[in-house]
Amino acid sequence: MTAPATDAPRAAAEALLRSPGPVRRRVAAGPAVRWLVLFAGGVAMVAPLAYMLSTSLKYPFEVYNLNLIPEEPTLDNYRDVLSDRRFGWWFFNSLLVATLTTVSNLFWDSLVGYTLAKFRFRFRQVVFIAILSTLMIPTEMLVIPWYLMSQQFGWLNTHWGIMFPGLMTAFGVFLMRQFFQTVPDDFLEAARIDGLNEFQIWWRVAMPLVRPALAALAIFVFLGNWTAFIWPLIVTNDQHMYTLPVGLTTFSVEQSVQWELIMTGAAVSVLPTLVVFLVFQRFIIRGVVMAGLKG
Amino acid sequence: MTTLILRDLVKEFGTTRVVHGVSLDVTPGEFIVLVGPSGCGKSTTLRMIAGLEEVTAGTIEIGGRVVNDLEPKDRDIAMVFQNYAIYPHLTVRQNIGFGLYTARLPRAEKARRIEEAAAVLGMTAYLERKPAALSGGQRQRVAIGRAMVRDPAVFLFDEPLSNLDAQLRTQMRLEIKKLHARLANTIVYVTHDQVEAMTLADRIVIMKDGRIQQVGSPAEVYHAPANTFVATFIGAPAMNLLAGTAGGGRVRLDIGAEIAVDTTAEGPVRLGIRPEDLRPAAPGAAPLRGRVSVAEPLGPGTLLHVDLGGAEVIATGPGRGAPEPGQEVGLLADPAALHLFDAATGAAIR
Ligand SMILES: Nc1ncnc2c1ncn2[C@@H]1O[C@H](COP(=O)(O)OP(=O)(O)OP(=O)(O)O)[C@@H](O)[C@H]1O
Ligand SMILES: [Mg+2]
Repeated sequence: MTAPATDAPRAAAEALLRSPGPVRRRVAAGPAVRWLVLFAGGVAMVAPLAYMLSTSLKYPFEVYNLNLIPEEPTLDNYRDVLSDRRFGWWFFNSLLVATLTTVSNLFWDSLVGYTLAKFRFRFRQVVFIAILSTLMIPTEMLVIPWYLMSQQFGWLNTHWGIMFPGLMTAFGVFLMRQFFQTVPDDFLEAARIDGLNEFQIWWRVAMPLVRPALAALAIFVFLGNWTAFIWPLIVTNDQHMYTLPVGLTTFSVEQSVQWELIMTGAAVSVLPTLVVFLVFQRFIIRGVVMAGLKG
Repeated sequence: MTTLILRDLVKEFGTTRVVHGVSLDVTPGEFIVLVGPSGCGKSTTLRMIAGLEEVTAGTIEIGGRVVNDLEPKDRDIAMVFQNYAIYPHLTVRQNIGFGLYTARLPRAEKARRIEEAAAVLGMTAYLERKPAALSGGQRQRVAIGRAMVRDPAVFLFDEPLSNLDAQLRTQMRLEIKKLHARLANTIVYVTHDQVEAMTLADRIVIMKDGRIQQVGSPAEVYHAPANTFVATFIGAPAMNLLAGTAGGGRVRLDIGAEIAVDTTAEGPVRLGIRPEDLRPAAPGAAPLRGRVSVAEPLGPGTLLHVDLGGAEVIATGPGRGAPEPGQEVGLLADPAALHLFDAATGAAIR
């Protein structure tokens, strides 16, 4: 699809390059504009991160100076935040919840997605549409029933209470179903003939073939849960049970907003997301290479 | 010894019947090729034998046991698929070893079998490679190796060569034939390529619309086709069929000519002449006369498309000095190579 779109301008550009003079400058403008747009986009992405880092290195008096390089850089904020016991709890809570939720989603979403993609059974389509339709209900509407449920079952202020709504997601099921549909049936039938049972076929044959999708799902789910705010805020009121995003806001509820501490906490909390991304991104790239193999 | 017996095999998908009572006795070590046009039920029949598709009616017997209700792994078969079905995330060794996944064998015995299969297939040097680093032909060898280590009573192949380019296909065809000569396993092989069928098979099973049309050796189906479908399906270019009326040891063709045929048949018939049995001759001496419309030189011979005035036939001229397009020619058929078919049923008249 994109090939013709990019080739046509290039062909035109090459034709123009062969002709002399003023035309040439117009051609050079094309890449320059593209470059500028990308640069602007890059700045827009990086600027908040840069300010986060910069602010985390400032003393309180300097926070409202919008200079990027602190005049008096300091690691005091890091010392304060990291030595605050609460920060340790929050980090642990976030890590535990996001990791378990990710593992749970990878397992269940792909198990359900595989079943929907590769097995024929009555009401398969109905089940699929029912799962999809839950995507149309916004979290804000679900929060109250979730809360009542948690209250009934005594899940308030527990890790399970924070996690349970996200252990399986309709989006994940949908994503995995789409990917499993691209796995040729021959791959599965060959394994069936070799004597693997259906669970082994899923685990040993189908799952490795959709690794790129699993990696993408892992990134989505981990980031989504790492940054989740509304539900963890509602289901916890004991500071011990806060997740990082909820905990960080407590830096602002005292007399004033302590931006330098919030930014420091945020800077530290970005680290695991970078690790997750770097680890799983490798699979995505490898997966693209493997996809070229078919046939 | 193990035999494969199909009895009145029927397959329905919902209410559509796609296989209508297929019966076949395969003798041990035989190379059977199922051939027919697309959608005729070849794959469905093979998949029923493999146990990947449930049987609607009839029975499948392998080695004296009815296997209708057995899992694929318990049927003593192995199957090679069109797109190889080898796993990109595993090495060649692991892929071949997958065939032994459930085999209760000592580790050393498994390794020995894998290496033996690799040696037979000339893949020893590639055992640690991933499929991405293999050519199409090598991948197909891995798939065959995976089937070989199971040491099955019956090998099933579903169009294993159709993803390969023409040259490689010819080469792999020969290798499969050599492999069969060496291992002497029973093979059921599906293809829609009649050349593949002719070159590989001990017996060819020609199918159409879920029914067997004829079972026979390549020579039998070629020289004594059971009906007009088989006559035109096997052999390229296809057999010429001319409508006419038989009587008194002759066939009076609808286009006017008369040809002597050794038969007692009477009534409407179709006369079949293979292109290589129809040769150009002087216009005066030959029973059929027409004008060459196209000449296709093939090297050893020339295919002549001849317009007989109401029917077009293909004849074979010499490689050098064949009649030119536009030229009037007579056509002479070898009387021993004529085929007669009933005009209504298409069945051969012998
Ligand atoms: N799962 C299915 N559900 C419904 N109909 C099917 C199914 N599988 C096959 N068929 C039909 O059964 C008929 C036979 O199919 P089959 O795959 O056996 O053909 P084939 O001879 O192998 O053809 P090809 O040379 O194209 O592979 C076809 O008309 C096909 O549409
Ligand atoms: Mg088929």
